[in-house]
Amino acid sequence: MSRARWIVPLAALAAIALIPDLRAIALGFLDGAFGGRNMFNLWSTVSRASILLGMAVGVLVAFRAGLINLGGEGQLVLGGLAAALVGIYAPLPVWAIVPAAVLGAMLAGGLWGMLALWLDRGLKVPLLVGSLLLNYPAGYFASWLASHPLRDVASGIAQTHRIDRDARLPRFDGTILDYGIFFTVAVALLVILADRYSVFGYRLRMQGLAPGFARAQGMPTGRLGYQALFLSGAIAGLTGFTAVFGFAQRYVDGMLTLPLYAWTGIVAVLLAGIVPWRVPIAAALFAVLATGAGGMERVAGIPRESAQIITGLVILWLAGSGRSLMRRRGE
Amino acid sequence: MIWDATFFESIPRFITPLLLAALGGALCHRAAVFNIALEGMMLIGAFFAVVGSYFTAHWLGGIGAALAAGLASGGLYAWFTVRRGGDDIVVSIGLNILAAGLTVFLLRAMFDQRGQFDDPAIATLPRIPLPGIDAIPVAGPLLSGQSVLFWLALALVPVLHWGLVRHRLGLRLRAAGDNAPALRTLGLSPERIRTLAILASGALCALGGAQLSISNVSLFTEGMSAGRGWIAVVIVMMCASRPLWILPAAVFFGLVDAMGVRAQAYGLPQQLTDALPYVLAIVVMAATLRRATLRVRI
Repeated sequence: MSRARWIVPLAALAAIALIPDLRAIALGFLDGAFGGRNMFNLWSTVSRASILLGMAVGVLVAFRAGLINLGGEGQLVLGGLAAALVGIYAPLPVWAIVPAAVLGAMLAGGLWGMLALWLDRGLKVPLLVGSLLLNYPAGYFASWLASHPLRDVASGIAQTHRIDRDARLPRFDGTILDYGIFFTVAVALLVILADRYSVFGYRLRMQGLAPGFARAQGMPTGRLGYQALFLSGAIAGLTGFTAVFGFAQRYVDGMLTLPLYAWTGIVAVLLAGIVPWRVPIAAALFAVLATGAGGMERVAGIPRESAQIITGLVILWLAGSGRSLMRRRGE
Repeated sequence: MIWDATFFESIPRFITPLLLAALGGALCHRAAVFNIALEGMMLIGAFFAVVGSYFTAHWLGGIGAALAAGLASGGLYAWFTVRRGGDDIVVSIGLNILAAGLTVFLLRAMFDQRGQFDDPAIATLPRIPLPGIDAIPVAGPLLSGQSVLFWLALALVPVLHWGLVRHRLGLRLRAAGDNAPALRTLGLSPERIRTLAILASGALCALGGAQLSISNVSLFTEGMSAGRGWIAVVIVMMCASRPLWILPAAVFFGLVDAMGVRAQAYGLPQQLTDALPYVLAIVVMAATLRRATLRVRI
């Protein structure tokens, strides 16, 4: 058995090394993820990893507290939208635009997350389903705004006007990577450290691991839940801000939903086994997978959606590998 | 006029996919399988219905391919949950992502199309005319000229109700959900019964997808199921998996869909009418679920 575990990967590596076509595809993958002119592809991988990291960390906060928040997509979209509204229309001095947009994005995402928990606690709509259903009104609303009232009519597609030039997040010299990554990395570090060392993190973990115990200990489980969902949604919203002020410089219809950022973030957290320090690694892995698949498409014409197929298979395999990622209570 | 023949004709087309998927989900639920991969299974069914119909130039080919693909996705689900002990929710998430990726991948690999594939060679389901009824003002367009899947879905409601209540297999299915050890003492395997339920749900969802792609229209677009699988999950939860209750719930959401499409003709933006079923789903769930039917933890 232990030998069989090595045979398949070794055979695969040997096949890639020996068969020229496969080698070309593998090189295309590597080039798509790490290469390109002026390391263009590497920076786009890092840029995507930043978005996925933000989404994954947002999900992580909720999952650690035992709350299955599948509403990351709606929280991300509303955050991005709020940031775009502030960036384009708020009559603020330039220095105030970014803080206001961050605040707006985090509020929009956080409140949308709290709404999902309120539906669960107050109206008995299970969080799993309620949070997921909230994605659709948020997504369609943003899509409508971007294609009708806020549309930049001069451009041919459904998108808003550009963010003011001086307020956009600057890029690192000579790359396409913007400063948005500072936000997501900082949030990820904060969450990882807070989870481990702060009282709040301990309480969230306790509520996730043993809600009955947490309540018996006198922890404010009601308030903690809302705090966790607000934080989870706010981080997703902040991620939307980095995308809108960073690489897109405006809100483009579908820019946050079509790449399945939110779902990939959830998958990354599951792959990490809901262990905080592993989450950035998992997020980076899925970013490499997505941009590498783009490289395979350019080299060999393999549609880049192969990355989504592999993502789906990874999660199926993980679920079936016997590790208990989620357990349902009361069965 | 909003209440014209076209409107009534469209209602059953919107009801059918929801009804089929919800019935499939209900079977799983009754056997204690929380299948929320209905969305992905529908999408796969919609795609392979187009594939089968295109290559065989006959609607039966489309139905056959959709059924095969639905059973395959059900088999995949059953393998990872029942056989390998994976969590229903995680496997569902995986299957939904897989379905979204696979259909777009194959759309490009097989037909070299992006976004949408339509071709005159795609055969659509025959419409069943009902002579005599088709002249009646409302019932005519409502009932005459509907697809065979509509009638199948309608027929399944009493059949599944009777089967779950009266038939031995239905009893065993419920036992697999409510009291698996009792089933084991009879020398029966709850795992096998759950697998059957999952396979049935895969087939039913795929038929729902086929209704979307080769009956309502004759084309496939990326993400064609557009959240209907989630509405079906809501219907299953609202109705506590009882087929007789699922029918009115599916009719309700089908009506909402039909009215949304109609409202677009009056200048209401598509995005807002598209969002309506999801908002209503939350409202209806809040109104009907008096206690949480589901508790999830990590």
